[in-house]
Formats: sequence, C-alpha cells, structure tokens
Amino acid sequence: MMMPKFVLLWTDAVLWAMVAALVWYGWRVKINPNLRANWFKVARDPAALCAGIVLALFALVTLLDSVHFRRALLPAVGAPAGTPTFYSTQTESVLDAQLARQIEMRETEHSKPLAFMSLKKESFERDGHQVHDYARLRYGGAHLTDPATQWAGDVRSRVLAGAAGGLLVAALVALSMAFALRRGHGGLFAALRDIAADRTNLPLRAALATTTAICLLVGATIALMGHYHVFGTDQTGNDVLFQSLKSVRTAFVIGTLATVATLPFAVVLGVLAGYFKGWVDEAIQYLYTTLTSVPNVLLIAACVLMVQVFLDKHPEMFETGGERADLKIFLLCVILGLTGWATLCRLVRGETLKLRELDFVQAATAFGVSHARIMTRHIAPNVMHLVLITTVLSFSDLILYEAVLTYVGVGVDPSMNSFGGMINLARSEMSRDPLVWWSFAAAFGFMVTLVLAANLFADGVRDAFDPRARSFRPRLRPAAPF
Amino acid sequence: MLNYLIRRVGYGVLILIGVNLFTFILFFTVNTPDDMARLNIGGKRVTQEQIEKWKSERGYDKPLYWNEKEHGSAKATDTVFWDRSVSLFALNFGRSDAQNAIDIGHEIKTRMGVSLQLAVPLFILQVIASVAFALLLVFFRHSRIDFWGVVLCVLMLSISSLFYIIVGQLMFSRLLHLVPMSGWAGGLSAAKFLMLPIGLCLLSRLGGEARLYRAMFLEEVGKDYVRTARAKGLSEPVVLFRHVLKNALIPIMTSAGSYLPYVFLGSLVFESFFGIPGLGAFVIEAITGQDFAIVRSMVFLGAVLYIASNVVIDLAYTWADPRVRLT
Repeated sequence: MMMPKFVLLWTDAVLWAMVAALVWYGWRVKINPNLRANWFKVARDPAALCAGIVLALFALVTLLDSVHFRRALLPAVGAPAGTPTFYSTQTESVLDAQLARQIEMRETEHSKPLAFMSLKKESFERDGHQVHDYARLRYGGAHLTDPATQWAGDVRSRVLAGAAGGLLVAALVALSMAFALRRGHGGLFAALRDIAADRTNLPLRAALATTTAICLLVGATIALMGHYHVFGTDQTGNDVLFQSLKSVRTAFVIGTLATVATLPFAVVLGVLAGYFKGWVDEAIQYLYTTLTSVPNVLLIAACVLMVQVFLDKHPEMFETGGERADLKIFLLCVILGLTGWATLCRLVRGETLKLRELDFVQAATAFGVSHARIMTRHIAPNVMHLVLITTVLSFSDLILYEAVLTYVGVGVDPSMNSFGGMINLARSEMSRDPLVWWSFAAAFGFMVTLVLAANLFADGVRDAFDPRARSFRPRLRPAAPF
Repeated sequence: MLNYLIRRVGYGVLILIGVNLFTFILFFTVNTPDDMARLNIGGKRVTQEQIEKWKSERGYDKPLYWNEKEHGSAKATDTVFWDRSVSLFALNFGRSDAQNAIDIGHEIKTRMGVSLQLAVPLFILQVIASVAFALLLVFFRHSRIDFWGVVLCVLMLSISSLFYIIVGQLMFSRLLHLVPMSGWAGGLSAAKFLMLPIGLCLLSRLGGEARLYRAMFLEEVGKDYVRTARAKGLSEPVVLFRHVLKNALIPIMTSAGSYLPYVFLGSLVFESFFGIPGLGAFVIEAITGQDFAIVRSMVFLGAVLYIASNVVIDLAYTWADPRVRLT
C-alpha cells in the first residue's frame, strides 16, 4: 500500500483549528473554577446532557469526514524506478474509506429501504425468455438465494444481532460509569443501583438511556448496511444513508464556521464601540445598522452571486471539483459571517458600555494601564459568555438556514451532499408515482435530530451562562420556595 | 415628535446611501461589467464585440463614477453610478439585465400586490395565533399542558419550513385533494391558492414565536402589579388578558415588527413553492437567471422597507405605552 497524499481542504483546516481551540478551552475550563461550575450546571440539565451526547456523535462523523486524501495510483508496469507517483483525481475522506462498501453498492435507480427488488418493472431475460417484471437489485439483498422466503428472517436476525451488539456496548458504558462512581457510592453494585434510581450527581440515567438508544440504532444499522440499503437509494441508485452521513458534515461546517466567522468583527468592533463611545461608537453603529437594514437573504444572495462570478474567473484556485465545492462552502461561511455579525456586536457593545464604568476598569485606568490592555485583559474575557451563548444558539439556526439558501440557489455547491440538496431532490421525487418518500424521510430524521439536539444544548448553555436569562423552563411541580 | 421623525428619516437616508454604495461597489467594482456580460451571455467563447454590445444595450459602457468626456454636471450624471445607483433614491429602478429587459419598477408594483395578499393575512393570523398559544401555556403553567406545550414548541422550531411545505402539499393537495398544489388566480379565487401557504407558514413559525411570547408573559406574571390584580379578586383570565397582555405589548411589537419588511417583500420559499407570483418569487427568478439589476433593486427596496418599518414600530410604541416619549 502506497502512502496516499493528504489534502487539507479549507474547511478541514478550520474545523481542525476549531478542535484545537476546543481542547484549549477545555483546559481553561479545567483550571477556572467559575467556568467549571457553569459547565457543571449544563451537565446537570438532563436534556442538555443527552443533546450533548447526540451532538458529539454527529461531531465524530464530521471529523471522520474531514481528513481528506488522494489515493496513490499504481505505477505503470515496467515504469523505471524513480518515476513520480501519480495520485487519483478523486479526493476521499476517512469516512468514505470506512463506507467504501456503501459507495460501491450502487444500484441503477430508486429502491425502497431494505428492498431486494427494484421499484419499477424492468424488461430483462429470465430462463431464456424476455420478461417484464420487478428485477433483483444488484446489491440490496443479493446474498439471498430465495428472497421471497428468506428476506424477513434475514432482516430480523441481522437487526437482532446488531441490537445485541449495541446492548453489549451500552452495558459496557454503564459498567464503566459505575466503576468511575464506585468510591462515592459505596461499591460497584451500589453505584449501578444509584444510576438506575437516578440518585447520581449528574443525570447519568438519562445519559445512559440516550447512549443505549444510540447503540441500538447504530448497531442495527451497521448489521444491515453491508447487504441492504437501510434508507433505500435515490434516483441514480446512490445509498441514501451514505448521503445523509455526508450531509452531516456540511451542516456542521455551516453551523460552526459561519458563527466563528462573525466573531472577529462582532467582538473587536463591539468592544471598541462600547469602550471608546463617541464617534467610534457612532461609526460602528452606522456600519451594523446599514448591514442589518438589508434583508439577510438578499444580502447573502448578492454576495454569493458575486463570489460565483469571481470563482468562474479564477479557475486556477482549485485543482479538483471537490476542492471547488469546498472553497465555495468556505466562502459561503465567510459571507454568512460578514453579513451576520450585527446581533452579537450589539450585545457586546451594550455589555462593554456597562463594564467600562465598573470599579475594576476604573482602577485599571487610574493605574495608567493602556486602552489596548484594558480591553484585552479586563473587558474581552467578561463578554465571552455572550460569545458562547450566541455561538451555540445560532448553530441550529444556521443549519436550518442552509437548507433554505440551497433551495434558493445561493447555498452549497450542488455536487456537495447537503440536507438542502436532499430536500430539493426529494421535492421533485414526492410528485412521482409510486411515491418516493425515503430520501425525504432520511433528510428529515437526520436534520430534526441534529437541530433539536443543538437547540436543547443551546438552551442548557444559555440557562447556565447568562445571569440575566431567567429560566422559564416548564416544570411539572412549582419550583421549591427559597 | 416631529423633530424625532425628521431625525429618523435623515438617518435613514444616510443608511440608504451606505447600502447603495456597498451594493454598487460589490456589483461593479469587485466584478467589472465585463464579467457580468460574460456570465450573462454564457458559453465558453465570448468575443469582446459581444461583450461591448451587451454593455451598450444596458448602458453599462459608460464610466463608472466620473465621465471625463462630458462637460459641467454631466461629468457626474452621465455615469453608471448616476444611472443605476443614485436614481434608486427616486425609486427609479430601470430595466432588468435579461434579454426581455422588463421595467423593474412596474414589475415590483404589480408583484407587491400579490405578495401583500399572502403576507397581510399571514402577519395578522401569526400574531393572534402565537399570542393565543402562549397565553394558553401561561394559563396552565406548572402543569402537564405547559410542559408538553413547550416540548411541542421546541420540536416545531427544530423542523425546517421546507419540511412543512413538502408534507403539507403532499397531504392536502396530493392525497386529500382539498386545495390546488400551486398556482395563482386574481381576485377572490386567490383564496383557495392562499389557504395552504398561509396555514403552513403559520405552523412553521408558531413554535419559535409562541415560546418567545411565553417567556415574555411569564416575566410579566412575576411582577407586583399582577399580584395586586389577583389580590383585589380578579379572575386569572382577566388578569392575563387585561393586565399581562397589555404590558407585554411592547416586546411583542418588537418581535412581530421584525416581520414587517417581509410583509411587503414576500416570502422567497413559500411563494416559489406555491407558484405565487409575488416579490419573493421575483427574487428567486432573478437569482437563478443571474439578473443583477433586479437583485440590486430588491436590496435597495428591502433597506427602504426596513427603515420605514422601524419608524412605524417606534410610533406604535407610543400608542401602546403612553410613557414612551419620542424625542
């Protein structure tokens, strides 16, 4: 096996930089008791903890899909030693390599989830006669000799085996939880009992339930997907499950990158406006009022159209189609960032206006600390909770927004898998006869899970970090009087 | 009050100048008219003559900002900037870039009427439905209805509006045959085309709005005047409707007011899905046809509407709360 050539796409670079930043933030949380207490509050919230687990799973898929490489091609026979190795023009990711079987299992057209027969009747030859009937699929259920009788049993046994494997993993997770808690709860079994009775410090029972559900679903899917199309195939015969998994990365890239792109403007300008007041404040306020006064979609559409013209003019900026699509989504995130920083900037400005009058800032000024140092040392750290809350809150909005933008035609490249693209295709498929519902249902399931998890997590973070947000969580019992 | 209005309008004009400069730089300096011509003509080999012809037909062959060849004031007025950007302030939108060169101003006038037919009932119903649902949840606070109501809200706001549209069209048009799938007719018969989009749009926004309003109401419910109202023996519905609702009007107006520009601009997604020939569909056609003149005009119009609706909201504050003084 020859070494493949690793390719660092724009979005990969930013995603991994963000992972590094998260690790650094994790270290900060570890040494800072205030931050630790706040994050502990988030973890105490069952909904936020479960949502965090689901998000972590999606993040894992994203990161697997963010290590790209180009395979080395075998040298021609008899080529002299020392000829440079050539690389495939196709950029693959680790996820693609893991799911090579699903990419290879390509049918010719639509097929139902878990089907072994084609959706429409085809003309083909059977026993020397030309017949017009439902044909066997090339890959889906191809291992069955007599599908009519074996299919149900085969699917059932695979689901059960996969679920059993999933349960095993979940049991291991439960045991390791209990093992970690054995000191405080008086032994392994007492810890297990306490988890089951929900008497633990963190809502571990809810976390365990979520993990078990995920393990069961993933286990059953893995057991099935080698021989069936779990979510069917689309009109060109591609596996819908694979497309959905690839779309997760697109959604994640948009959700994270676009908010990160707003941060430099929002924080720097917001702090400057609030700290200096006067004409600086006026100018910055004018800038963001001008930006917000244009309806967002129109502004983004105008910018994206210009980027398209720019990319058409400069074909030398990318080598493969994949890199072009990647550059496009990267620029889309930059545009979303450039057009979307006003909300956070306004919040940061307001907070800075308050902070600059407080004693510790006045003291620093009296000691002759420079403006730049006051802003970086004393003000910026104190507006970070706003940054965190806005980032997690806008994540889900951006994922929803991507679908709309792609529908409008200013979103991600059509060659890139995305939820918006899947919905767009599904729209035309829904008017077919027989009804093709599965790619729509898959996009719906994945997208709602992702957005719902992001929303619940964001609510937890906001309740823990925003001192002013009074929690209006619905409770079945009125809160205990204090 | 008058002083306030004059100041607001003056600041609005300043912002419009900013928007205008920004779009002009974006559309004419970042990419030159030559690029636009090449994109619009399409194809691999575009000759310089074709580009020149395309530009002269649309008046893009003049200098961008300053015409040295002319005399007097024509130095400034005989330019692309004057023709295409300054003229927008007189709401003179000019003609589109496409081959048929439609009159954009006329098109906007006819299409805005259609958009309003969709958006005005939607806007009114949306406020009523969200407030009613939120009040219901507040009335039953700390009960199962409140708990599951909020769960429903979070679930609803996690679903993309595209899903509502596709499922709604499938259920009501294709399976139940209650309303036509898409299309448009003028006059009263428009109602049957409008029912489904209005209902679905209402549904797609209900979750987020109702949750927001619920939090606003609960904030009010905790205040002292509510306790006083209860203490003097008022029933809970009277407390909610007469006292809480009135006091929560200002935040409600802020939130509902953010939809106000879109009442005139129409909804991109809903209009194009349901084949309603409003302004939203107009923008989508312009984007797919890469007609930059229309996109520029709509950006400007959007900014005008945004500024106007902000002034209207401010005036509405004084009506809702006499303590608010505009100075």
